[in-house]
Amino acid sequence: MSRLASLLLTTLLCLAAPLVAQAAPLPPDSAYLLEDTYTDQAGQDFLLTDGRGQPRLVAMFYTSCRYICPLIIDSAKGVERALEPEERQRLGILLVSLDPDRDDVAALKSVFDKRRLDAERWTLARTEAAAVRRLAAVLGVRYRPLADGEFNHTSALVLLDADGRVLARTERLGAVPDPEFLAAVKASLADSMTRN
Amino acid sequence: MRGLPASLVLASLLAAGPVAAGEWVRLPGGEFQSVLRYEDTGGKVAVAPFELQRRPVTNAEYAAFLRGQPDWRRDRVPSLFADQGYLQRWAGPLEPGPEAQPAQPVVEVSWFAAQAYCEARGARLPTWDEWEYAAAADETRVDARADPAWRERILAWYSVPSGRALPEVGRSPANVHGVQDLHGLVWEWVDDYAAMLVSADNRDQGDPDLRKFCGAGALSMDDRENYAVMMRVAMLSALQARDTTRNLGFRCARDVAEGDRP
Repeated sequence: MSRLASLLLTTLLCLAAPLVAQAAPLPPDSAYLLEDTYTDQAGQDFLLTDGRGQPRLVAMFYTSCRYICPLIIDSAKGVERALEPEERQRLGILLVSLDPDRDDVAALKSVFDKRRLDAERWTLARTEAAAVRRLAAVLGVRYRPLADGEFNHTSALVLLDADGRVLARTERLGAVPDPEFLAAVKASLADSMTRN
Repeated sequence: MRGLPASLVLASLLAAGPVAAGEWVRLPGGEFQSVLRYEDTGGKVAVAPFELQRRPVTNAEYAAFLRGQPDWRRDRVPSLFADQGYLQRWAGPLEPGPEAQPAQPVVEVSWFAAQAYCEARGARLPTWDEWEYAAAADETRVDARADPAWRERILAWYSVPSGRALPEVGRSPANVHGVQDLHGLVWEWVDDYAAMLVSADNRDQGDPDLRKFCGAGALSMDDRENYAVMMRVAMLSALQARDTTRNLGFRCARDVAEGDRP
């Protein structure tokens, strides 16, 4: 093959590679197969699969929650703090509201600002009620609205890999992360680094 | 046009009563005592007027859905949304076949699949409260649950071995709302099955930092006579959304528009 031809071929391959990666079908157990539209604290619409390509922490919460939900944010922050700075940069954190009736964009934005979350990595989001149930089912979160407007719910931090598969979950919440869960987060970040 | 004899007109009007009114049945709802006595509600729930499918969804109806939504065929559905048992007794991806007769209720469907079916029809799955409310009725009463004879009748179903072929839908007498087959045919998915937190008060378990459940809302079921409904609760609350079983089907519900209410 001539040098020109091989150069052309290399160029073509380089151009094509990202397209191929983009188009690869999701694994059959990927949470990113959920096709619902979500809206973030800035009012931007997105799909879960938009987060494909890097590991992500996902949890469910609601803004009017008095006790456990602040703890969910603390727990995710606890995981972040336990990471090296270069690891931290590559971990997305998505919290989805269980309470789409009351958690509008303004409510999400208010908590986002109050907790001084970093928009580079953190997303607080809402979606429609049926989509909330679907996501909760995928994440293994059970919840029930209470008469007083609060929710009875299980609380979990779930780690998704770069393709949206559930890699690990923990129900041990608190500012000091569950060591096994933290190890899984670090391993997934290392794994996605070598792939990229 | 020649007028019909009055007696014939009357007869056809009677026949067009609640039973012959089509696929959907409207239920008035109201305050209802659920078998699930949560701490916060005491079991009192308000059921808004809603519509329910008269019968569970059949294999024929489900096959029609799959032709329009092939992503839900058993050879294409992602494992996220259905386990290995999904439609396993069907002859092929689109053919129910001899093991799944057209008029038998569709079973071996996951909650995700049932939800997708109802959404495709502009409907949704009923909530547990709606289902329990509809199923509390017998042929003449909106709430027959206090009647020991009614309870016996429902319980008799649970002694039928589950290996036997499923009856066709629509063979049981309609209840006072016009709904059929709520008891005696299959288990049915509800939209909020995952909300049925049956476990004892989780707040008492071990280290408070490890507790699983937030907020109040502990559950007790003090209607211990109502085994039939409690068995449903126990079964539904043990399921995952991708699970399928040989006796678990569904029917759809839909809201009644505000202006449409009586």
